[in-house]
Amino acid sequence: MFLITTLGTWLGKLRTMATDQNKGSAPPVRAWAPVVGLGWLIPGGGHFLLKRKGRGTLLLVSVLSMFLLGLMMRGAMFQPQTGDILTTIIYVGGFLGDLASGLLYLLATWLGYSQIDMAGHVHDYGTKFLVAAGLLNILAIEDAYEIAIGKKD
Amino acid sequence: MPKMNLSHFEAAVLFSLFSSIVLGVITKRTDAERLRYGLRCFAYFVAALIGLGWLMRLGHG
Repeated sequence: MFLITTLGTWLGKLRTMATDQNKGSAPPVRAWAPVVGLGWLIPGGGHFLLKRKGRGTLLLVSVLSMFLLGLMMRGAMFQPQTGDILTTIIYVGGFLGDLASGLLYLLATWLGYSQIDMAGHVHDYGTKFLVAAGLLNILAIEDAYEIAIGKKD
Repeated sequence: MPKMNLSHFEAAVLFSLFSSIVLGVITKRTDAERLRYGLRCFAYFVAALIGLGWLMRLGHG
């Protein structure tokens, strides 16, 4: 009986939350799409577009340094592979992480800096640095998006 | 492209530094808060790094 009551309360809350979300109008795509697009291509680019030059510079320097350190440590770029669940998560996730660096990733692969996966701890750190650069860029893009829609200053 | 050989400690400190900068920049609302949060994140990263290092050393004997 208690379980049914609790479940009913939770379902009621979820329905209220869904209704509240539908009430709020979504921000116009034109307001955030260029910021998100530029933020993906150039780390910190979204912030530069929104005239947040200081923050944009710090993001650019951090993501760029992380990416270059990864390349100099001869880190490998992930290629998407599927198979068992762990393989899929690691390789597809890693690929998406690499891809999130935007132009840095595209240029590095185009210019042939994409390394094959080699044994050795330094190469392994490099691979992690390359993915982490992309993940930090996702955080930067999300911040730029929130500024663009007026949720943050 | 020059090749770089970093120790685990050096790589982890650099990772902590850049991650802390980004976390500080995106998380808070004023510059003072951002600086404080970035420094705190960096301190936590380094403390965890040294703490886990010692834990592994003591665990392995």
